[in-house]
Amino acid sequence: MRKDGLHDPKSPAIKQLQEPREALSRLPPDTTGNMVRWVQALETGVIQPRPSLKPGVEAEILDRDILLDLKGSMPIILFPHKRHTQWLACANCHDGVFEKQTGATKMSMFQILAGEQCGICHGAVSFPLTECFRCHSVVRPGQVKPAIPPGLPRSHNLPGPP
Amino acid sequence: MKLAGALFAAVIMALVAVPAAAEYADVVLNKRSEKEGVRPVVFPHWFHRIRFQCRVCHHELGFKMRVGANDVTMNEISEGKFCGACHNGDIAWGADRCDLCHSGKPGLPTGIFGGHETGGPGRW
Repeated sequence: MRKDGLHDPKSPAIKQLQEPREALSRLPPDTTGNMVRWVQALETGVIQPRPSLKPGVEAEILDRDILLDLKGSMPIILFPHKRHTQWLACANCHDGVFEKQTGATKMSMFQILAGEQCGICHGAVSFPLTECFRCHSVVRPGQVKPAIPPGLPRSHNLPGPP
Repeated sequence: MKLAGALFAAVIMALVAVPAAAEYADVVLNKRSEKEGVRPVVFPHWFHRIRFQCRVCHHELGFKMRVGANDVTMNEISEGKFCGACHNGDIAWGADRCDLCHSGKPGLPTGIFGGHETGGPGRW
């Protein structure tokens, strides 16, 4: 943290704040971003982030998969509402970032790469946009999934996959 | 030979000196901090998501999902809004512990930093 380029090495906080590795190395490992499979961490109960500051309020989960970009050339996008609503409120996306009606919002990788739409989170706090096939996951009939290596070499010295 | 030696040393240095990186989703907030005489805030997003689902801050507390889009003052935090919902000396350290949040290097711009794959578009 002292050398991370963000914290002031002279700050008294350096000795008190938690090092990322200490927190993240205990979570399911990934090959990119925080090197953490956040959804898996949540679903397996390794982490139990609170759904609300108010007592008794539960997360509103929507278990509905959406297929997007049916006519494109990349594998079809399968958007799992469940994994997103396990973290987010409906109002974080609807309506505003995305219309509720499937297909009503024109989406593009240009916008996503510029930090709009899915790119508001993906590339900033959730898995980055290098992981094409985590979203473009449904291979079209007769299509061969292009081979792109997942993620870049580990740099956090986190434990590898089992 | 001398030149080759120097080149070799330079290459080795470049390979060995791995730059220590900010953690993916470290957020620097410096809209007001330095103007008001304190260090910029380093907000570890990854630390907070271990404890709270996105909806807590980005829905209940009203933080917009765009770095720099939130105009948060210390007065509001002291009144229990935004960070102050937890940073009140009860759930988490209180607003009197200035240095713990305001721990950034002077001169840093507001933005999301960190990660070996975040060298892309700068809008975040």
